[in-house]
Amino acid sequence: MNSNWEIVIGLEIHAQLATKSKIFSGASTAYGGEPNTQACLVDLGYPGTLPVLNQQAIEMAIRFGLAVDAEISSRSVFARKNYFYPDLPKGYQISQLDLPIVVGGNMSILDGDGNEKIIGITRAHLEEDAGKSVHEGLDGLSGIDLNRAGTPLLEIVSEPEMSSAREAVAYMRKIHSIVRYLEISDGNMQEGSFRCDANVSIKRFDQKELGTRAELKNLNSFKFIEKAINHEVMRQIEIIEDGGEVKQETRLYDSDLDETRPMRSKEEANDYRYFPDPDLLPVIIDETYIAYIKKTLPELPNAKQQRFIETYNLKVSDAQILTTTKQLADFYEAVEKIANTESQISANWVIGDYTAALNRDDLEIKDAKLSAADLAGLLNKIADQTISGKIAKEVFEAMWDGEGSAEEIIESKGLVQITDDSEIETIIDQVIENNPSQLAEYLSGKDRLFGFFVGQVMKETKGKANPQKVNEILKNKLT
Amino acid sequence: MIIKEIQNMTLCALKQGMKDKDFTSLEITEVLLSRINGLGATLNAFITVTAEQAIKEAKDADKLIATGKDKPLLGLPIAHKDLFCTDGVLTSCASKMLHNFIPPYDASVVKNLKASGAIMLGKTNMDEFAMGSSNETSYYGPVKNPWNLDLSPGGSSGGSATAVAACLVPAATGTDTGGSIRQPAALTGITGIKPTYGRVSRFGMIAFASSLDQGGVFTRSVEDAALLLGEMAGFDENDSTSVDVPVPDYLGGINQPVKGLKIGLVRQHFDAGLDDDNAIAVKEALDVLKDQGAVIIDIDLPNIELSVPTYYVVASAECSSNLSRYDGVRFGYRAENYKDLNEFYCKTRGEGFGAEVKRRIMTGTYVLSAGYYDAYYLKAQKVRQLISQDFKKAFEKVDLIAGPTTPSPAFSLGAKMDDPIEMYLNDIYTIGANLAGLPGMSIPCGFVNGLPVGLQLVGKHFGEESLLQCGHHYQQATDWHLQIPEQFK
Repeated sequence: MNSNWEIVIGLEIHAQLATKSKIFSGASTAYGGEPNTQACLVDLGYPGTLPVLNQQAIEMAIRFGLAVDAEISSRSVFARKNYFYPDLPKGYQISQLDLPIVVGGNMSILDGDGNEKIIGITRAHLEEDAGKSVHEGLDGLSGIDLNRAGTPLLEIVSEPEMSSAREAVAYMRKIHSIVRYLEISDGNMQEGSFRCDANVSIKRFDQKELGTRAELKNLNSFKFIEKAINHEVMRQIEIIEDGGEVKQETRLYDSDLDETRPMRSKEEANDYRYFPDPDLLPVIIDETYIAYIKKTLPELPNAKQQRFIETYNLKVSDAQILTTTKQLADFYEAVEKIANTESQISANWVIGDYTAALNRDDLEIKDAKLSAADLAGLLNKIADQTISGKIAKEVFEAMWDGEGSAEEIIESKGLVQITDDSEIETIIDQVIENNPSQLAEYLSGKDRLFGFFVGQVMKETKGKANPQKVNEILKNKLT
Repeated sequence: MIIKEIQNMTLCALKQGMKDKDFTSLEITEVLLSRINGLGATLNAFITVTAEQAIKEAKDADKLIATGKDKPLLGLPIAHKDLFCTDGVLTSCASKMLHNFIPPYDASVVKNLKASGAIMLGKTNMDEFAMGSSNETSYYGPVKNPWNLDLSPGGSSGGSATAVAACLVPAATGTDTGGSIRQPAALTGITGIKPTYGRVSRFGMIAFASSLDQGGVFTRSVEDAALLLGEMAGFDENDSTSVDVPVPDYLGGINQPVKGLKIGLVRQHFDAGLDDDNAIAVKEALDVLKDQGAVIIDIDLPNIELSVPTYYVVASAECSSNLSRYDGVRFGYRAENYKDLNEFYCKTRGEGFGAEVKRRIMTGTYVLSAGYYDAYYLKAQKVRQLISQDFKKAFEKVDLIAGPTTPSPAFSLGAKMDDPIEMYLNDIYTIGANLAGLPGMSIPCGFVNGLPVGLQLVGKHFGEESLLQCGHHYQQATDWHLQIPEQFK
């Protein structure tokens, strides 16, 4: 980007909590039902109905707070945020303003140079989601689907401490990972269970006060966040460098056009007239309850990453990738336990071929046919030199396609590595004899051609020759 | 039993009569329905009469009674203020906005009373969304005071009060946000009790001001109030502000003596605003209680004069938000012909709400606005705390607080409609109990110019028992509560 400018980014992440029922009613939170089938009278804002707080949402918010070293408020208050919109049934959203349930906290990320950077978390508060307006397929009319109305959200507000789009993504990924570890959100970004708004401003490096910020709404993929922020930064730089001023406004990112544009309806500043919701009592949380929840917290990504580095001697970046989700970390540890390969080799396989295959087939770990034990079985064939790493990739693909165990596939395809010296020597002799001109060139000093001969040998043996032995013998023959 | 007497009987007497086989629930129901639709029709006390349903329920009750079954309210007819949701029955809040709203569920109060065997005769008229002190803001027209048809019965529960006072029904539910049970009870000469905030569930009771609203009852005796309140009260998991305190046997404990009961008389209640004759009636009532052994002690509520402005800030703020759901999207009135979303809202709400409701929504919106919140809403909440503390201090010295319910007897329909402040001041003595969440009751204590006036008793939190005991003893010694307007005898 432009070196004259310092970028300041703060994120407001909305994580949908994985409670069974809504935050203030007994209706189901399941995604994808027929419109308005998962909205009870409370969600519809029917006259006379009243909200009753879901205890599970409180517990989940506390779990999050503890995981980011935040303070859990002993007394927090729900407030009404008043505004009119057809998919907001009561004409107000129940949220928290002055006294949120989680205050303070921090999250460590790796900055652009790979150094640790601490991002402050200002607060996290509970609120209810609104419904959805549907404009398609209704002959020009608008429909309202209130299935989502009343779904519990944890809004996690960061300090404006990220200084690049990449840092913002790193932070968001970290929070994403945490909420999934804690099992308080499914983090499904396509279904909107995890989304964020970004506050972006720029200032000259020598400037003390922050610049005017623009808020980018509803960014629901890591890719879009990065693109949207980068785009917004460029836009602001252009405005200021052309002598203009950035307007404080809410902008929507259009992923098709890769641009942000002002949101029409929110031109005028809204006065939400927040006040404490008189239908709900303040939430009082005592130390005993917090201590109880603390005991139920799982090992969190940072601790796990550290343990992976220390126990398995992994590269920092690999340990970080492996601990992104609890599922992947557990899978790695299961493979590591059985496999006789070095821990780093096992990690390479889990991060490399295995993850690539999952992504290719768009599968979750739990849905993949290849188990940790299967993969470890394959790695053991490398460890005992039955096959080379390269052949192992071929075996892996066959295993992935369900053709059998590593042992079976190696057997049926005849992929056992050739390790017999004389056998390899015979093939090498043949290759040298068949390529006299290359031999001459090599002998006249073209060292690069050594690789050519290795390749020819591997070709002849369909990759089965032990590569170390091929190198060794070939070197002797060619000197 | 002469049918003519049924209408004058209390719930307790009707219950005994059915037990003694003097008459059936069906007979009671038919007598009252014919009064509602005949003699009582001019009063405009009902918005909906559920005759068919009532007759069916009465027959069912009679069958149960015949088999020896008993429930506390079995076969007894009542009416509900038209802001309690009733499954399948229009619940309008006396507003054009909800003129077509048929709830798919029963309010907890309705459910509780139904479970105790009560029969609903209909839904009573009221001020629109319970906003008003004269029952003149109703979309369905004003209710008339049975003591003089040119007068207002008070509000907002004017329909319920009138229905009970005119012997159209022995008891009715009401709600009280700033005096909406006690003031009309006083102005129509009957008993009305607003329990402690949290004593009765607000679930299904369409909200005006959530932190002040509380359901209660109108009856023709304190004894009946004790019976009915005992059946409707109790913790409700659907209302987070309802309190999980066991409901005592109000009726069973009503004869506890009042000897030694310390009753506080608020000095500030006897200032220039109080009608002289009204003051005399209240003082005489206290003499009656003194004769029964109660001790009268003068007390101060130093901040009570701030209760009206405090109330109008808090109540308006809450109502401005509570009434936002009436947007024409999901239920109720929806305007026709609109260009865009904004006009859709403006027309729907502009046409659906009456003037007083709009006034309060605008006031409430204003006091919550950025820049005004601290000066109005926050300040009002602080004053509310002060007023609560004043009561708390007073209750260190006394068991009950007594005084007038209203400054004067019933006023003419139309008299105060052009002067909202004058109208609001009619609730000057009642609002304090709402701000502090305390139980309050009004019982008839005499007549001024041929019109009934009320004695208000305010108790400690969950002190309904002593209110009822005190009121019951008073009614044992007096007959003001037995007076019935000539035209409706």
